[in-house]
Amino acid sequence: MEDTPLLNLLSGFIVELRQAGLPVSLTENLDAMEAVTHIPIHDRDAFKYALGSTLVKNHAHWRTFEVVFEVYFSMRGDEYSLAEVGEGDEAEGEPGPPGEGAPQGGGGAMSGLTPEQLAEMLMKALMNGDQAMLRALARQAVMRYAGMEPGRPVGGTYYLYRTLRNLDLDGVLEDLMDAARDEAPEDLTQLEERLERDEFSDRIEQLKQEIEAEIRRRLVADRGIEAMARTLRKPLPEDVDFMHASREEMADLRKAIYPLTRKLAVRLARKRRHGRKGPLDFRNTIRHSLSYGGVPAEPKFRFPRPAKPEIMVVADISGSVAAFARFTLHLVYAISGQFSKVRSFVFIDGLDEVTGFFEGVEDIGEAVHRVNTEADVVWVDGHSDYGHAFGVFWERFGKDVGPKTTVMILGDARNNYHASQSWIIKDMQHKARKVYWLNPEPRAYWDTGDSIVGEYSTHCEGTFEVRNLRQLEAFVEKLV
Amino acid sequence: MDFRFEDVDGVRTSLSEANYLADDGIAGVVYLADRLGKPILVEGPAGTGKTQLAQSVAEITGARLIRLQCYEGLDESKALYEWNYKKQLLRIQASGDDNDWSEIEDDLFSEEFLLTRPLLEAIRAEDPVLLLVDEVDRLEVETEALLLEILSEYQVSIPELGTVKANQVPLVFLTSNATRELSEALKRRCLYLYIDYPDLEREREIVMAKVPGIDANLADQVARIVRSVRQLDLKKSPSVSETLDWARTLVLLGISKVDAQAATDTVNILLKYRTDIDKAVKEFADRPDDLVDGGA
Repeated sequence: MEDTPLLNLLSGFIVELRQAGLPVSLTENLDAMEAVTHIPIHDRDAFKYALGSTLVKNHAHWRTFEVVFEVYFSMRGDEYSLAEVGEGDEAEGEPGPPGEGAPQGGGGAMSGLTPEQLAEMLMKALMNGDQAMLRALARQAVMRYAGMEPGRPVGGTYYLYRTLRNLDLDGVLEDLMDAARDEAPEDLTQLEERLERDEFSDRIEQLKQEIEAEIRRRLVADRGIEAMARTLRKPLPEDVDFMHASREEMADLRKAIYPLTRKLAVRLARKRRHGRKGPLDFRNTIRHSLSYGGVPAEPKFRFPRPAKPEIMVVADISGSVAAFARFTLHLVYAISGQFSKVRSFVFIDGLDEVTGFFEGVEDIGEAVHRVNTEADVVWVDGHSDYGHAFGVFWERFGKDVGPKTTVMILGDARNNYHASQSWIIKDMQHKARKVYWLNPEPRAYWDTGDSIVGEYSTHCEGTFEVRNLRQLEAFVEKLV
Repeated sequence: MDFRFEDVDGVRTSLSEANYLADDGIAGVVYLADRLGKPILVEGPAGTGKTQLAQSVAEITGARLIRLQCYEGLDESKALYEWNYKKQLLRIQASGDDNDWSEIEDDLFSEEFLLTRPLLEAIRAEDPVLLLVDEVDRLEVETEALLLEILSEYQVSIPELGTVKANQVPLVFLTSNATRELSEALKRRCLYLYIDYPDLEREREIVMAKVPGIDANLADQVARIVRSVRQLDLKKSPSVSETLDWARTLVLLGISKVDAQAATDTVNILLKYRTDIDKAVKEFADRPDDLVDGGA
């Protein structure tokens, strides 16, 4: 442990992990310190796994760990010696890129190539799955197309976007498929074609990751580790904001929701099974006391039968909050065994019942997808109109709301300045057991602009900010 | 203290000699577990070889495998130790009236009347052992605490006897299918290893190694199809063991090249849900129109 620079680096690394939201305890910290002494420091992979297995105890956190690891230890492997980074454009302080695609100076052996030659080499490397070549090409592409400038305060995504746009990888995929078709002795069957496509997409995905890593390495060289780690800090999947999730984050969320629902279902079922005894059954106790001469020696309890609520979900599925409604519906139906009945309604300015989509289907994801595409929810112009939607709901389904019903309303209450009709919610509260409002917007934005959540929430039992999976899970558990 | 392994590569090579193909991560964590004397918590989807890893490590280290299968309702008397009360009763009856009670009492709670269960057995073993605690996530949260003392101190406290310390630090594997979040206390004591579905290369090698008589082309095709199937949005993705079953089936049926028809006919070995099978068949089919009759 005499290696103090390493120790400093490691403690910085762990601080960063904690700030990214990973729960790293002191013992784990010590374990990591001990683990690295057993590992040859120049073996980057082993080093990474040594840190990973001691510090990260949840697979969902692995991605975050990887990014932080890259930032902290990216230039420490022998592949990425400092000389290589210095060779890039930053060190020379070159003025901005002369134009898209124009070769920049100081790019090593490949800088003399024309863009066409580069594209051809890329094709070939992808075709053969040549890892080393792909890595070199990724570096070259970043140098050429990203147009990185020292000290410019833009995030890595901007450079990534610029690089990818120039490479046109979708087009490359088609070209690769054409080439594969030409090469095959006979026509490819659909199965074979599908396999080829998957193979190439996989390689292209690898290339993208290479490019991303390359950009990150350069940014780190430019701005320093701490600053970079801060900008790259990504929320954990359960903390991703529904309303501002990017496409990849959405995909992650969708993946995260399956295990989440399963865990939740198991937990709730267990809770129910291990529930306490029911309340004292007075009548039964007295009856049994007769055999003891009227002494209530053996108290009898009611069989615990926690009431299963009846749930009505009324969800806004207009653009901005659609994702939120989707996840909530998914979660509610996944644990529908915990409720006596679940009915769901979706609206934008019109309202439609979608309970039927979920009946008898095994695949909830599929049903949720159908809700978003098939439900008839537009009345006039397809802009949210809570007042009208509630009006329709009350008129058509109001009679079904009873003292056992819990109504969950999902939406940001941005009503486009239509009439609020909040008396409906008030009536609803009188008839129903509970009325909850879930709002995917941060609390600070409530009642700003055309949001009238405050007006509705005075008539609800509870109004909750539900911006991410963690909050959603907590709410649903409370509901049961 | 003696270590079982020289270096990470050593772990990998000896594992592959035992027919377990480990990637860098797996070998690295096993090596570290040995060096740091810590248990490994292995998590991952079902059927990716978590239990197999423990068995293979036991094989290469020449250790006796002691397995504790967890289930809901498992308690101390099944996991740690139990007093053999029948024998204790006999002892009391056999002694008659003349003996001194305190002598009997001392005698009753001696090792002779102790029934060891897997955890205690692993601690007391003289020969090299490997403890496998399978599917920890099936335990209730409260029962998890049973494991904590063993995992961090390698000892068991028995009120009547005192503390039993391990003669050696055994390798300990815990597996979990992640049906629930394990407690922080448990996780903190372990090294964490996540075994995911293998990538294309590794899966192909696994198929080659485990299925006798398969040729490289078929293995490659099998691995590629399975990868494509895993990309579909399925209820349950095919596991490695299912891949192997499928490959074996293909070999038995004498199929040397998988076409859409062969894939459709045998897909029920790979997938176990009706909806999943329908989805996969749809992907396999040459012309989507055929599958209505063909798949039914």
